[in-house]
Amino acid sequence: MSAVHTTRRPSIAALAEGVLSGHRLHLARAISRVENQEEDASELLAALYPHSGRAHIIGVTGAPGTGKSTLVTALAQSYRNAGLTVGVVAIDPTSPFTGGALLGDRVRMRSLAGDAGVFVRSMATRGSLGGLSKTTGDVVTVLDAAGFERILVETVGVGQAEVEIASTAHTTLVVEAPGLGDEVQAIKAGILEIADILVVNKADRPGADRTIRALEMMLEIEGDGARYVRHHGQLLRVESPLEGDEEAGWKVIVMKTVATEGTGVEALRQRIDAHRCWLLESGEMALREQLRIAHTLENILRAELNRRIASRIHPGNLDELVERIRRRESDPYSAAADLLAHL
Amino acid sequence: MSERKIRVLVAKPGLDGHDRGAKVVARMLRDAGFEVIYTGIRQTPQMIAEAALQEDVDVVGLSILSGAHMTLCPKVVELLRAQGQDNVLVIVGGIIPEEDVEKLKAAGVAAVFGPGTPSQEYVNFIRNNVKVPA
Repeated sequence: MSAVHTTRRPSIAALAEGVLSGHRLHLARAISRVENQEEDASELLAALYPHSGRAHIIGVTGAPGTGKSTLVTALAQSYRNAGLTVGVVAIDPTSPFTGGALLGDRVRMRSLAGDAGVFVRSMATRGSLGGLSKTTGDVVTVLDAAGFERILVETVGVGQAEVEIASTAHTTLVVEAPGLGDEVQAIKAGILEIADILVVNKADRPGADRTIRALEMMLEIEGDGARYVRHHGQLLRVESPLEGDEEAGWKVIVMKTVATEGTGVEALRQRIDAHRCWLLESGEMALREQLRIAHTLENILRAELNRRIASRIHPGNLDELVERIRRRESDPYSAAADLLAHL
Repeated sequence: MSERKIRVLVAKPGLDGHDRGAKVVARMLRDAGFEVIYTGIRQTPQMIAEAALQEDVDVVGLSILSGAHMTLCPKVVELLRAQGQDNVLVIVGGIIPEEDVEKLKAAGVAAVFGPGTPSQEYVNFIRNNVKVPA
């Protein structure tokens, strides 16, 4: 599908070298290769992976319009003031109809311009449904290897069930805004359960106190010190075995911010840092890393298996099967079992 | 497996705040299947070049209505080339007097599209002129 071919494509070795030595154009191109899943992307990731694992990854998720981009910008500035470098990955949805996307998170991020300690990359979901895109984790690895100390990952505006960020980030912020729902919304399953910190942004708006109360009530019912484990491929939230020991558990609290004015942002950053300390001291960090790696490995395996199996099924056979099923001479379950048995 | 999309940065350099046109163009490009990064108004050439680099775009679309195009557009081209983005296509839309079009092209702008240009025209121009590295 490529139009005009040009010759100046750096080698994987040169690209990896560039990423590690702070060459920003090489970093940008490396991210593209990973995002586009080009043939040599896995080679590039293999070269960079040993240099990753140093960054603290912070996920920022929540409904559209709660102020995620503005909050990410304010947090990035706060980290810069504290002398840390920041990578930002901001995700917006791809149109299921045209495959195009309008990535608008940068509009809110203009105050980060002109700072060599910041690198912002917009990504489209390209068909993924979990709030991230398929390659977000790999792009985070590239930024991590490039030496950014804090990586903020902003998900698409999510509804209630897009929880993939929890297996990518070390600390997950769920951002709410006043007036979006009542107490019943707050006790529904899903996105609120993945929060390490709940943030009520736009806290100067009417109804903010009510939203905060509803969320705090939900937290009281839940208790604290919860954590995630992987059980038969499912992400489960369980009460920490250290429950009862106030010092050892992590307490999810509700924090107020007005990101446009920077109100509450310092306190939020300190809370994120406290979470990081807790992760490291409690041994929870190793657990989350395991979870993240298992998740990555599973995704790679699944994609590769899909590709291998698909390459062995003749498209003609598939069409024929579909037609037989339509005539009710077979059914989708038997047909699938048949097809797999003959691979 | 490879899934490459044409990436376009749409920016409004300078001080005019009228971004209706830029937003319509961004929407048209989205519907053409491109990934469009919209930066908003009042961007300096430095901000635009920096965003183009971080986003590794194939195309930079500049929308200008203020009359400052002869200062701003060549500056953007110059900064892109200086940072090694030799293949990035720079296109300009907005109110550009006829006599300036050739001057802009001489300064490295690939095409200029005036008001009322059918979207198919600039979409095709991008499809036919983006240089994809081998």
